[in-house]
Amino acid sequence: MTTKLIMAGFGGQGVVLMGTLLSYSAMVQGKHTTFFPSYGAEMRGGTANCSVIVSDEEIPSPVVSVPDCVVAMNIASLGKFEGRVREGGVIFINSSLVDKHVSRKDVEEVRVPANEIAEELGASRAANMVMLGAVIKKTRAVELQSAINSLEKVLSERAMAYLDVNKKALERGFNEIP
Amino acid sequence: MAQERSLMKGNEAIGEAAIRAGCRFYAGYPITPQNELTEYMSRRMPEVGGTFIQSESELAAINMVYGAAAAGARAMTSSSGPGISLKQEGISYLCGAELPCFYANIVRGGPGLGNIAPAQSDYFQATRGGGHGDYRVIVLGPSTVQELVDLTMLGFELADRYRNPAMILGDGILGQMMEPVVMSDAIEYDASPKKEWALGSSEGRSKHLITSVRLAPGTLEKHNMHLLEKYRKVEEDEVRYELYEVDDADVVLVAYGTAARVAKAAVAMSRQNGGIKLGLVRPITLWPFPKTVISDIAKDKPDILVVEMSLGQMYEDVLLSVCGKAKVSLLAHTGGGLPSEAEIVETAKRAKSSNEAIEVYPSVD
Repeated sequence: MTTKLIMAGFGGQGVVLMGTLLSYSAMVQGKHTTFFPSYGAEMRGGTANCSVIVSDEEIPSPVVSVPDCVVAMNIASLGKFEGRVREGGVIFINSSLVDKHVSRKDVEEVRVPANEIAEELGASRAANMVMLGAVIKKTRAVELQSAINSLEKVLSERAMAYLDVNKKALERGFNEIP
Repeated sequence: MAQERSLMKGNEAIGEAAIRAGCRFYAGYPITPQNELTEYMSRRMPEVGGTFIQSESELAAINMVYGAAAAGARAMTSSSGPGISLKQEGISYLCGAELPCFYANIVRGGPGLGNIAPAQSDYFQATRGGGHGDYRVIVLGPSTVQELVDLTMLGFELADRYRNPAMILGDGILGQMMEPVVMSDAIEYDASPKKEWALGSSEGRSKHLITSVRLAPGTLEKHNMHLLEKYRKVEEDEVRYELYEVDDADVVLVAYGTAARVAKAAVAMSRQNGGIKLGLVRPITLWPFPKTVISDIAKDKPDILVVEMSLGQMYEDVLLSVCGKAKVSLLAHTGGGLPSEAEIVETAKRAKSSNEAIEVYPSVD
């Protein structure tokens, strides 16, 4: 199985951390994985996105032009990547910040109130982990437990104080999906 | 002992591998898409007692590398195409003076300032030598983050063994991507150079001279013939390549680096779908180029297809290797464009059914 994702949001939403944790979890499970960031002419406060591939086979190019899934943490990301998802693919929308719905009929829309759930947990900045939990449940790209175990490897020292709430956020997001 | 896998960005993996290879001097000047390497060295070098310098220019960086190499240190620099262009003068001097060093070119789209997208268009610059004079540089073409590590360590070894610069020709994808990697153990590092030719205190020994100037009649010719002999030895002993599904292939692809990743997937895809049988020759050393293996394959494979992210640069080396024995076609992308698996399979089919070799370029309509 191969899952190709693009994760996007504005700078500061933790999109890169979301992608890194997914990729790290895949590595821990012995899978092939690549993480590729948008790089170069980016500005603080601008948009950020990364491409992650998780596969049982060797991965050719880490660049994802036609993703199986797109994660849109803000409205600009939905506009930018909606058209690229493969037919039958999934678009995850952070419904706390995005009112708009997917306009295509050939893809599935999954709405996750990531910021609201994170705030309930007392850490509004953990919205990225809520969303990743949902992505993991829906795509089955990796096991939830791998992501939980990998958190301490990818969080910065400064963020280690929020280790537990990030774990909870992953679980809540995971359980949000039926 | 089996080492743990870690998830590393290509640029940072080069830096860590260099330090484990005993590199204790880095000088560089920032340029995308290799900045994380410079940044990594700025953090790591002080931790291992090495020297990190963000130089005032690329020229300064390569000349500092010259100085550190002359003193016997394992020294390196890195840049992307435009910066490597500026370093060519110094690289020519290092070759002339027979100084080992290692450098990485994380290639971006050119010519000129171009763009910051991944490309392979510095192939000629790397394999032909972008500077002046009769010289060669050992050019390694990694295709995974793991290979960035392995070939960085090999690069330092080869540079010292042959007293010649060695380099990695990467691209923006390899530099920016993260992939699982296993780091090799660090070599035992001894700060005192064991290089008997190196500069230092001449107490108790005769004077050493490191120079690329040879003005006396006949001396440069003699020196260059010595260099040639060395390059011949490199060509004999250091060719490296990977063969993938070549034996029963109807069309043999030749690709390196990122293009080879896609080519490999095209081979697998076509075989899974019961389509045309493809195989792949992946040069790992771009100089010395794996001429002999390609020449041998061309004896019984009528169709070869070169896939590269430049407008037919490695193509020339394949043509020279094949020497008319087989039909050599080309699938080229440029300016940051990447080939797709489907495009490779399609082009291979067309190449096979065509009587003449074909050249396929991106459509710009």
